[in-house]
Amino acid sequence: MANSTPLKTKPAAEPAQPVSMMAVVAPAVGWLIPGAGHIIQKRWIRGALLLISIGTLFALGLMMQGHIYKANGGDILDILGFIGDLGAGGMYIVTLAMNGGQGAIAFAIADYGTKFMIVAGLLNFIAIADAYHIAIGKKS
Amino acid sequence: MTIQLTHFSAAFVFALFASIVFGITHRETTRDMVRYGLYCFAMFLGGVLVAGWAMWLVRR
Repeated sequence: MANSTPLKTKPAAEPAQPVSMMAVVAPAVGWLIPGAGHIIQKRWIRGALLLISIGTLFALGLMMQGHIYKANGGDILDILGFIGDLGAGGMYIVTLAMNGGQGAIAFAIADYGTKFMIVAGLLNFIAIADAYHIAIGKKS
Repeated sequence: MTIQLTHFSAAFVFALFASIVFGITHRETTRDMVRYGLYCFAMFLGGVLVAGWAMWLVRR
């Protein structure tokens, strides 16, 4: 007896994207300097806006005496805070090297500053993903 | 150098810069980027105002 159920056809596999040098370099550079992943791909205005936005958010967080998280294996919120801060790349490294971001917990604005720096790092992760998508041709 | 922002000005600055990044990264064309950025900005600030008034009502 013939099988009456229609054969499921596999969807055509998407053509593999060739991994170009730019697909590796752009995210790496974009992590170190926010927006640089776009700038090296000649997206000047987008890159500049990302640099200004993320850089200002991080700098304001520092000026508000926010706390910067170091690598730790303790509380889950501290670990997540570290991951967020790490996204800021070069700014995070420089801040740590200069012993900044010690955090004054005496007033509420400092807590806003801590969140500003974490969000700056998380926004940079999004910018890195965008730079990668441009590099592989998924986005113009 | 330290800076003191009010609650609202901190929310405003946060909304402004987060909206710029969202607009650039989540849309393809320039026009769509601007529209989406403005939409996010309005939602951020609108959310702050609505939440603020809601808390004011709860407190009374």
